[in-house]
Parts: sequence; structure tokens; C-alpha cells
Amino acid sequence: MNATVPFIVTFLLAIVNATLMDNVVLIRFYGICSFVGVSNKVKPAFSMGVAVAFVTIFASLVCWPLYNFVLVPAGIPFMDTVVYILVIASLVQLVGLVIKKYSPALYKAFGIYLPLITTNCAVLGVAQGNTDSGLSFGLSMAQAIGTSAGFLIIIFLMACIRSRLDAMNVPKAFKGIPIALIVAGIMSIALIGLGGIGS
Amino acid sequence: MSDEIARNRHKESFLSGIIKQNPLFVAILGMCPALAVTKTFEASFGMGLLFTFVLVCSNVIVSLLRKVVPEEIETPAHIVIIATFVTIVKMLTNALLPELYSSLGVFLSLLVVNCIVLGRSESFAKKNTVFDSFLDGVGNGIGYTLAISIIGIIREILGKGSLTVGKIFTFISYNGSPITIPILKNSVFDVSMGKIFSNPAGGFIVMGILLAIIAAVVNYNKAKKKAAAKSAAKPAPNTNLGGAK
Repeated sequence: MNATVPFIVTFLLAIVNATLMDNVVLIRFYGICSFVGVSNKVKPAFSMGVAVAFVTIFASLVCWPLYNFVLVPAGIPFMDTVVYILVIASLVQLVGLVIKKYSPALYKAFGIYLPLITTNCAVLGVAQGNTDSGLSFGLSMAQAIGTSAGFLIIIFLMACIRSRLDAMNVPKAFKGIPIALIVAGIMSIALIGLGGIGS
Repeated sequence: MSDEIARNRHKESFLSGIIKQNPLFVAILGMCPALAVTKTFEASFGMGLLFTFVLVCSNVIVSLLRKVVPEEIETPAHIVIIATFVTIVKMLTNALLPELYSSLGVFLSLLVVNCIVLGRSESFAKKNTVFDSFLDGVGNGIGYTLAISIIGIIREILGKGSLTVGKIFTFISYNGSPITIPILKNSVFDVSMGKIFSNPAGGFIVMGILLAIIAAVVNYNKAKKKAAAKSAAKPAPNTNLGGAK
């Protein structure tokens, strides 16, 4: 990093980079299962996106200090995956309880998607990737925010496209998941085109 | 007699994961690694092997503990068992096959949240005997390795125009260097268009087309079976009428 560039600029650039050029779903392939599974209709897709964003940011907020201030001093950095998945599973439970208490309407909207977030690769992938590549705390949070925004945007766009695809005359063999994957491929080509901006 | 039933059950638990219930192509689970690490054949095959190891080990342990673990904490317990084996695999790969470790990257850790591994322990291992769970793990592992290797071969040939063996599994070599088999050299795939297949976009497109081909085959078989059932059913009422007279 260039010393003359203020931190806020690198922070914002990292967010944009993680959102678009390094998009979680289309370039890094995290969370394909929920991306394909929940993007049938617009509303659940949006709820899922918000829930994942929530947990991703909180998980990164907890995992980075846990790795650098607990696991490394204790001499057991190789336990990171086990610790992270426990943190994420309990965070998902906690978020569920808090939302249930303060906003039953939102809890109903999240419904069954909340427990599914535990097994969403995006959450673990970001936490693990941050500590694996030794990012600073600020840049880890930029990664988390950008990744969440990228997931939310892409799952929402995909749901919009798929709800229109339902009305189209797609060849029988391509109906459902195959055509969704090909659409995702075309969206991915569009994002590759943005590749030069970040650097 | 009961021996034969047990043998049939063993056979069923082993075979169903390979083709009939293939975890990737039929159940459509575990897509993230199937798209992310399949740029080359070797990385995909390595991923399949490690996946199989984790799945077999976690299936056996989950099945061993199936009467001990209380129902309320089943899922967290399974996740911790899987995470333990993933950590073991990570350390072993890092020590023995560092090229594989670096080419799989974070997706090795992401085996923890692989839907197939968790799915098999939730839907099979916690209800079945240890031996059956072992066979189920091996069968599903072979099925997944086959599927992911097919994607890897297609993407490497279309993306690079050749197939390389020995870059990751360094013990396979010819005069100390990896073996490269040129297949589509100097064709349109080699020069310009093929690049898309080693890009992330290619993963989606290859996977989508493969799934469509499988759906087409399944549809065709279903239609054929239906037609066969219809033509077999038609003469039956006639003979019945004849018999009634």
C-alpha cells in the first residue's frame, strides 16, 4: 500500500473491489447453494441476502480479534476453522433470538433461511480468507462489507431475472437450475469486464 | 436369507451415491467447490479425493456416536466432527501436497460447510450402521470425484487446449517435468475463445450445460418408459374383454 494514500481511500476501494470485481458469488463462487436455491422469487431472495450480509459482517467482526488475540497467542492457529464455524453457528442462533424478540415480523420474513446461513460458504469463506491472507482489521471489515453488498446485489438481480425466466419458453431440459447457471455465467462475464478498475 | 438382505443393503448404500443419487449431478449439492476449483483436471481430482476422505471419516464417526449424541445438539456436534477432519486434511495436504493446498486455497476449509458432507451425516450416517455409513461415504465420494473430474477435464481442455498431469501430483512425471497432452492446440479454443472456460464464467456455463444434458437424458428415459408402459398396458384390457366373453 502507498503511504500517501489515506486509509479511507484504500478502505473504500477495497469495498468496491470486493463488491464488484471480486464478487462473492460470480467470481469467487461462495454461497452458490443458497444463490441457486433461494433465487426463485424476489422477496425471499432479498431477505436471504440481508440475513447473510448481517451474519457475514458480525462473523468477521468477531473472528478477526479471536484469531489474532486468542488463537495466535495460545499457539493454536490451526484450530481456526473449528473455532470459526462454532462462532458462526452460535452467531446465527443469537441473531435469530434477537430478531425474534425485537422484530417478530422480520423473524417471520427470514423464517427458515436463518439456520441455512450457518452452511453458507460466504460467511466462513470471508472470515477464513481474511485471516489466511493476513489482512489488517480495517481491510477485513472492508472485505466483509463488500462481500455482503455483492451477495445482496447479485442474489437480488438473479431473482429478478429468474422470475421473468419463468414466463419464458425455455427448452425443457434447461428449465430451472441449468438456465439459472448459464444466466449466472453471462452475468459473470459482465463482471470480468470490470476487472481493470480496481488496480 | 437375512444375510442376503444385508448384502443387498450394503450394495445399495454403496452404489446409490455413484450414479443414481450422484451428489453433484442429481442431488445438485456441493456446487461451490465444483465450480471454484475445477479450472484444471488435477485440482478437481485432488479436491474429490480430499472430499472423499472427509466424508468417509465423518460418516463413520457420526455413525459410531449416533446413540450417544442427544438430538438437540446433533447438528453442532456433526459440524464439529467434520471441522476436525477438515483441519486434519488441511494439515496433511499442506505437508504432503503443497501444490494442491495452494491451488485449493480457502475451499479446503470450506469443506466444513459442504452441503453433501453435512447432508450425508444428517440423512444417512446418524440412522445407519457404521459399515453402511462407511460404504455410503465411499460411494458418494466416488460419485463426487467422478463428477468434479468430468467438469475439470472439460474446462481444462476447452480453456487451455491441453490436459496437464503431474503439476500437482508431483510423483507423476516424465523426465522430471509434468506431462502435457495437447488436444485442441492451435484451434479457436487455444487462441481466443477458450479463455472464457478457465474464467469463473466458464464454470457456470459448463455446469449449466452438463445439468441440461443430464436432464434431457432423464426426460428421454422417462418418456421411453412411459411409452413402453402404455404399449404394454394396451393389449391387456383387450384380452380381458375377450376372456370375459
